[in-house]
Amino acid sequence: MERIPILQMGRFLLVTIQVDMHDRLAMALQDDLTNRINQVSARGVLIDISALEIVDSFIGRVLANIAKMAQVLDAETVVVGMQPAVAITLVELGLSLTGIRTALNIEKGMLLLQSALQDDLKADERSPVLPEEHAGVYGEM
Amino acid sequence: MGKCEIMSIQSSADVVLVRQAVRQIAIEVGFSLVDQTKIVTAASELARNTLDYGGGGTATLEALQDGNRRGVRLIFSDQGPGIPNIDLALKDGYTTGNGLGMGLSGTKRLVNEFEIVSQVGQGTTVTVTKWK
Amino acid sequence: MGSKIPAILDQYGSELLSEWLQEILATNNRRGLIKEAELREECREFIHLFREAVHQNSLSDIHSAPWNEVRGLLSNISRIRSQKGFTPSETASFVFSFKQPLFSRLRRELAQDGEALVEDVWTATTLLDKLGLFTTEVYQKTREEVILRQQEELLELSTPVVKLWEGVLALPIIGTLDSARTQVVMESLLQKIVETGSDIAIIDITGVPTVDTLTAQHLLKTITAARLMGAECIISGIRPQIAQTIVYLGVDLAGVTTKSSLADAFKLALQRTGMKIIRTQA
Repeated sequence: MERIPILQMGRFLLVTIQVDMHDRLAMALQDDLTNRINQVSARGVLIDISALEIVDSFIGRVLANIAKMAQVLDAETVVVGMQPAVAITLVELGLSLTGIRTALNIEKGMLLLQSALQDDLKADERSPVLPEEHAGVYGEM
Repeated sequence: MGKCEIMSIQSSADVVLVRQAVRQIAIEVGFSLVDQTKIVTAASELARNTLDYGGGGTATLEALQDGNRRGVRLIFSDQGPGIPNIDLALKDGYTTGNGLGMGLSGTKRLVNEFEIVSQVGQGTTVTVTKWK
Repeated sequence: MGSKIPAILDQYGSELLSEWLQEILATNNRRGLIKEAELREECREFIHLFREAVHQNSLSDIHSAPWNEVRGLLSNISRIRSQKGFTPSETASFVFSFKQPLFSRLRRELAQDGEALVEDVWTATTLLDKLGLFTTEVYQKTREEVILRQQEELLELSTPVVKLWEGVLALPIIGTLDSARTQVVMESLLQKIVETGSDIAIIDITGVPTVDTLTAQHLLKTITAARLMGAECIISGIRPQIAQTIVYLGVDLAGVTTKSSLADAFKLALQRTGMKIIRTQA
């Protein structure tokens, strides 16, 4: 069975979905991705759906699952390249894919991932170690 | 009535074939790209339902000509367990299994006419029509 | 005895043509719009095809195969006249005016046989009536096609999407936002987002008279669609009354920033895309 290839770009992974995905292929992709994220400690995943002419609720679920799994493994997901006709249909279908970040193309998707990572780094820097100036209530350090 | 095509839905590969066939008919009838996408997506949803909930069934595709109007009619039929509460199933956001549910309410918005007939223990038939 | 009509058409083709032409020109007020040579050709062709059809023994059903070419010719004639501004009656009278020359021939040929004359006149009149009505139907259809096309053009023209700056689009909506319009708006907006690679779309609703729940739903659909393409929206042109309506209706604008003026929205858009406007020294 063919498997969808996963490319590594620095700390990000890129998946390009070009075929009509059926269940087994989708499962395989989820497996491969989670393994790969783990292997290379990826911080971001870009899913390129610019070749998909149809996105139904099944594919929507697959994308949502991938995003959730990636998040648990501390990686952000961005879906890029949605075709206008697909976007309009998804909206009508009632699938807004909330919780999934989207970008127009791979380039913008990368920028989005990078800025998301910057935000994460800043948040880490402000982690719960109290700076020295802050004395406790009774003057203790 | 235009030409009629009957397809069997027994596997996910069949769902893909149904999508391709509906796309073909939609192009022939002259739908815009957005409308093609809508009807093919609706077909995908319904075909999957037939497979996942109905235990397999058939899809009937028909190109329509009513005076000046042209359109497509799709009938998805199975002899599965049937739907006990159709009104509930048609409510937005309704879910039985994990995830986004049967997508019936959303699918309804993609087409012009939507009809569902279901009998518990006998099966379900969904008929959708989209006009150009 | 069969109808005399086929025989008359065979024998008196050219006489019928000139008499018919005279008839039309006598009553025709729109002489200027169709040149006489063109008219003559139309009449000649009609008689020719009419003759072929009646010879195939079908004198009543104008939708049967023998009449295909006649209908084709009449469709053409009707369409041209509709486009040139003829009225439906003027268009139909092209066919009806053929009655006079045909009847006078029938009278001459069947002078001795009253019964046969009445029969044939009846056949001829019902036949020509059907053909005349057919031209009216085609005329109607042509008109409807024009109206439909104009409606579509109007829909497209009334929702322009403009590029305000690198990465910033503006979408001024004038008039009510119904579901048909929303489809057009979404398509134009998404198409422009792809073309320009924009990250922000400012939807200006100054020109939208009222915002009810349905309008809000349509706006939300548009915003969601733009988001799926990776573009954020800002709504501008919120009048005080609209702000009140939105609160009363409990509309949830899904975290979209709203500004009262397009200028403010533009400033915000520039900020978000990392731009700054600096006044140069005078």
